[in-house]
Amino acid sequence: MRYWFPFPFLSLGLLLFWVLISQSVSPGTLVLGGALSIALAWAMVNLGPHKSVPGRVRPLFRLAGAVLVDVVRSNIAVLRVMLGRRGKPATSGFLTVDLTLQDENAIALLACILTATPGTAWLEFDRTTRQLTLHILDTADGMDWQHIIKTRYERPLTEIFQ
Amino acid sequence: MTVLDLPAWAAIPVCLLLLLGAGNALAGAIGLLRLKSFYARLHAPSLMVSGATILICLASMLTFAVLQNRWVFHELAIIAFMIITTPVTLMLLGQAALYRDRAEGSQEVPHKEEGLKTEAAVEE
Repeated sequence: MRYWFPFPFLSLGLLLFWVLISQSVSPGTLVLGGALSIALAWAMVNLGPHKSVPGRVRPLFRLAGAVLVDVVRSNIAVLRVMLGRRGKPATSGFLTVDLTLQDENAIALLACILTATPGTAWLEFDRTTRQLTLHILDTADGMDWQHIIKTRYERPLTEIFQ
Repeated sequence: MTVLDLPAWAAIPVCLLLLLGAGNALAGAIGLLRLKSFYARLHAPSLMVSGATILICLASMLTFAVLQNRWVFHELAIIAFMIITTPVTLMLLGQAALYRDRAEGSQEVPHKEEGLKTEAAVEE
């Protein structure tokens, strides 16, 4: 079983993606998609990616909800900064956060979240000091970004990938 | 394709989503021009990625779901791939800028703690 399906979630995801883009669930699509997804999972073995299994589902939904709200809110906030009056530039600055998150895939997911929410740009993550350097577009809007990243994103991520 | 016959109840939200998405992309482009520092400019494209892509893809999903009278989901793949791939580009740009500013001894960027050399610094 392990031999045929080294990455069961990846294979399933690829099959789902194949069905999604070919927009049919005919037997031919399923056979071709199934063969491709198994073969590509084998190719993945040679890359030797870091494996992590999502443990709990409930924090995942909580995180998704928080991210959805934050994407909308930060989009509006950044729009206001960019289209604001010319005389008043936003005070942007750097921020370093000490991450306690260990799982590499969880950190990758955090990078996706922080990039998808405008206003925070991921600059650098130091593996030895576990320190993340961010750039914040508008530091004067009263948001405690350190607190937001630690509680809103990092805590659920730790719960999911523990 | 023949004449598109989109009923009004669907046309209005589709137009709203498209206009909002296009406006978002335009604002991102304006921000790229107006913002002062390189790091601040990094935020402009991420506005297009999250806001504009999601809104325009939603408009596309709604249009073709109504026109073809079935659920359409494959635009979700566009959203997913945009969100997964942009951090790579932005990180590359951001790290290059940080490395350059640190090499020039700029005081505005945060410096590495003493004793912990970056891989780039070791190579020198």
